[in-house]
Amino acid sequence: MHKTLKKYFPVFVVPVLAAFLVSFLIPFVMGIYLSFTEFRTVDASEWVGIKNYISIFTQDKTFLNSLWLTVKFTVVSILSINIIAFSIALLLTRKLRGTDFFRTVFFMPNLIGGIVLGHIWSLIINGILGFFGVDITYDPSYGFWGLVVLMNWQMIGYMMIIYIAGLQNIPEHINEAAAIDGASPLRTLFSITIPMVMPSVTICTFLTLTNSFKLFDQNLALNGKSAETSLLALDIYKTFYDHTGLRLAEWHGIGQAKAVIFFLLVAVIAFVQLRATERKEIEQ
Amino acid sequence: MKKRILSILLALTVVTGVLAACNRTKPAPDGNSGTTVTEIRYLNFKPEIAEVYKRISEAYEKETGVRLIVETAASGTYESTLTARMATDEAPTIFQINGPIGYASWADYCADLSGTELYKHLTDKSLAITSGGRVYGIPYVVEGYGIIYNKAILSKYFSLPNRATPYNSVDEINSFAALKAVVEDMTARKSELGIDGVFASTSLKTGEDWRWQTHLMNIPVTLEFLDKKIDLTGDGYKNIEFTYSDNFKNIFDLYINNSTADKTKLGTIDVTASMAEFALGKCAMVQNGNWGASQILGVSGNKVAADDIGFLPIYMGTKGEENLGICIGTENFICINSKATDAQQKAAADFLWWLFGSETGKKYVSDELGYIAPFDTFSENETPDDPLAREVMRWMNMEGITNIPWNFTVFPSQNYKDSLGTALLRYAQGQMGWDEVKKHAVNEWKNEFGA
Repeated sequence: MHKTLKKYFPVFVVPVLAAFLVSFLIPFVMGIYLSFTEFRTVDASEWVGIKNYISIFTQDKTFLNSLWLTVKFTVVSILSINIIAFSIALLLTRKLRGTDFFRTVFFMPNLIGGIVLGHIWSLIINGILGFFGVDITYDPSYGFWGLVVLMNWQMIGYMMIIYIAGLQNIPEHINEAAAIDGASPLRTLFSITIPMVMPSVTICTFLTLTNSFKLFDQNLALNGKSAETSLLALDIYKTFYDHTGLRLAEWHGIGQAKAVIFFLLVAVIAFVQLRATERKEIEQ
Repeated sequence: MKKRILSILLALTVVTGVLAACNRTKPAPDGNSGTTVTEIRYLNFKPEIAEVYKRISEAYEKETGVRLIVETAASGTYESTLTARMATDEAPTIFQINGPIGYASWADYCADLSGTELYKHLTDKSLAITSGGRVYGIPYVVEGYGIIYNKAILSKYFSLPNRATPYNSVDEINSFAALKAVVEDMTARKSELGIDGVFASTSLKTGEDWRWQTHLMNIPVTLEFLDKKIDLTGDGYKNIEFTYSDNFKNIFDLYINNSTADKTKLGTIDVTASMAEFALGKCAMVQNGNWGASQILGVSGNKVAADDIGFLPIYMGTKGEENLGICIGTENFICINSKATDAQQKAAADFLWWLFGSETGKKYVSDELGYIAPFDTFSENETPDDPLAREVMRWMNMEGITNIPWNFTVFPSQNYKDSLGTALLRYAQGQMGWDEVKKHAVNEWKNEFGA
């Protein structure tokens, strides 16, 4: 058995490895290299050292702003999405009538693509703001909260399903034991339910964190390209593509450097978060 | 052992399959590739004409046997598509740039076109993009923009007995003062005229605001360049003072105060919606160019007759403006990729000459692409027959009128235009004063050029 495995090792691994190399590793290394250059097209680059990384903070005025906005957005979304999704999951595991129907209903928004969602919500939000004689562009905070609502609407259903799966895994006897010991529902929630669904919490916070941090299409469709409402991903896109002109190569380099910083941020945050929540998970 | 070979073989086939998939585009080198070229790649700028190019490509292949592969960049993504494509084996042989700034971006890829037939037949050689006596970009279409007006609604206004202006026809409007008087009087009588506003709504949604941050801004900038005698091949355009900012404000105020939409709700309106208002007769005027004809006549429920559309210059209260016409120019310059082989470059030049010089090609250009092509191969009756294109030609040939060239091709970058658009939106919403807009326009210009 072992021998056969060894024999066919290349058949199964090499194609995947090659694909990984071609479609991920090589572009990734190239991307890091390009962040230290000025380039017009990827095969015509000129080495400039860490100049691009300095320019992000000296010349470019949008990066820090977008970073701060992204952090705020991520924190708000993680909290609201997870709390609401968990609450709905609790409700829908109570064997109420129509549970299946509502699970489907809450999940549906997740099936709609980001750009479409952005346009739908821009219609809804502008329709409402229209009564007050303004639109979503009037104040950057309208755009921000609009995006939070959109993100919640889209992600809650998905997170709810994960929480439901977690809740259904809690053995019935633990709850019964708690009830016999006279634990109040609130006590049961905090001392039994939540610790028992910690693996789901890990997954859900991880998903909401990375998804909110990397948000792009919804941001573009709902808020347009205004600098005041651009999250990091959109800001990088704009840096890269909207500075056509004499200094194109320079801005390409800066955009690439931003993308590398962006990658590092996502990687570090996700790693720290995974570690932190994993520690709270308990063995069943 | 046999099995082992088999497994290695299998692995190899899969790997080569993967690698071949990445490389599939490299055309198998045929023996005579140095002499005859069978393929030309063209990266098309306008999605709306992609269908026509499909037919042109078929016709060209039938006549010459050379295959024209047309790829079209999605709206607003030409630069990014071109950047991506240039690095591949599928790099376009023919592409386009938008003017001197575009040339600066792509200078390394622009071949000298001074020897081509196409350049020899260009009617106005000053339109081409030249550098050091060589020609790098040839304009292939001339377009014009101004204030499009609905003759039917205006004549209805001019026949109102109680109107407050002394003018009797649109020809008498030749200054900002006259335009303003007429527009404001029309607004006061909009229910009599059956319109919601004089101007179509000022679309200030991001990405839809080019009529203001690019086209309208062109006029003050061009006038400033003329005053300062700035040569666009020099460095002088890297700074502006926005000396005509008050004039810009004049016309912009007139637009937003007399339009169909509330001026606080302009941030979500797009060009299509704005053009539809004009097409449906809900307004009498809209600022746009001759390319907008299809957006007027092709809209279902359209209430505007083809003969009822005309162009009015964009008056903004500058000195001598009665002698100024509409804005006529181009931001479409065709280039040939200098990194392509000589044979490919020649094939590309041959195709372009076929398109703009041969009977078959010309028919496509004027009838289907609807271009006003600036080449002497086109005779008087070989011009597109949409009403706005005819209006552009009428203005081009008008005695004593100087039309305004398109200098927005030297605007620093898309980012500049976008940020100016945002400033204009804030101004319309009443959140930014005009002084701030002016300062923004001047400072950002400088910043983007890094001057």
